[in-house]
Amino acid sequence: MTWLSIIIAGILTYLTRMTMIALVSRDMLGGKIKAVLAYVPSAVFPAIIFPAIFINDYGVFIEMNDPKIFGAIVAIVVGYFSKNVIATILSGLISYWIILFF
Amino acid sequence: MLSKKQLFTRGMLDIAPHMLSVIPFGIICGAIGIELGFNPYLVYGMSIIIFGGASQIVFLQLISGGASGLIAATSVGVINSRHLLYGAVLSEYLEKLSFIKKLLISYLVVDQGFAESNKFFKKNKTEQYLHYHLIGTGSTLWVCWQISTLAGIILGSFVPEELGLKFAIPLTFIAIIVQDLKKIDHVIVMIVCGVSSLLFFDAPFKSYIIISPIVSLFAAALILRFKK
Repeated sequence: MTWLSIIIAGILTYLTRMTMIALVSRDMLGGKIKAVLAYVPSAVFPAIIFPAIFINDYGVFIEMNDPKIFGAIVAIVVGYFSKNVIATILSGLISYWIILFF
Repeated sequence: MLSKKQLFTRGMLDIAPHMLSVIPFGIICGAIGIELGFNPYLVYGMSIIIFGGASQIVFLQLISGGASGLIAATSVGVINSRHLLYGAVLSEYLEKLSFIKKLLISYLVVDQGFAESNKFFKKNKTEQYLHYHLIGTGSTLWVCWQISTLAGIILGSFVPEELGLKFAIPLTFIAIIVQDLKKIDHVIVMIVCGVSSLLFFDAPFKSYIIISPIVSLFAAALILRFKK
């Protein structure tokens, strides 16, 4: 039974990936829509970032002095100036650990 | 003009730094499945059949919490519906491909791979074999995801939970969008998205993950109108 629902979930997920790539042609998207679509990364990824930082595993808002907030700020600053993915992730993690363990 | 092989390698190199967060997340995902008491084959099967990190964890948590398979599958579909937006962006660059190739390449579209390949596509629109970059990012992510979830299943959570490595996930996405903080219009869109994701966090089926992008794309449309 669980296998069946995994297969259904897999088919649904594949459809979300395939639909727009395989079934939409360039002419169907006008210039205005394309201009809006240029914002997709900025319009999607914060929905992953914000809850992962501000809401804990139990679905509750964290305190403002939570180490995750500090880690995220460090990562933003380092990422902005270094333009380097590894530096961004590591600086965020390390500053988070420093607050967490010391 | 870059060759197919060069583009594929470029894709692999562009996505490689993100493995810093993908691999620990894969291990956690595999280990959670086992901790919740699921059959190892089932936990691993999800990595091939669904191939979508966060949605796999949500699925397992819902089922172990007593939700019906239908609810769990619906949640996975809702969480992953954001791929529709990625597809809409990528369709412009992939439209020359045959229908079959489009069907195959679709399986490899994942958040980070989309983000890195989209950045590359924007700068290299004239390349003939652009899609090889997406195959490079996607297949690297796929291989690492398979190995790391498998490692989590076999070894259990050998990364101590106290390390809080799940925090690497938001960091990876910060790295992806941080350069767009230079543009005020993008900053507004990001804030609208982030705030609405917190406001709608309790919406059913984890739908905040698609509601907030839609809200912020409307904000983007408004910004574009004001700009003119």
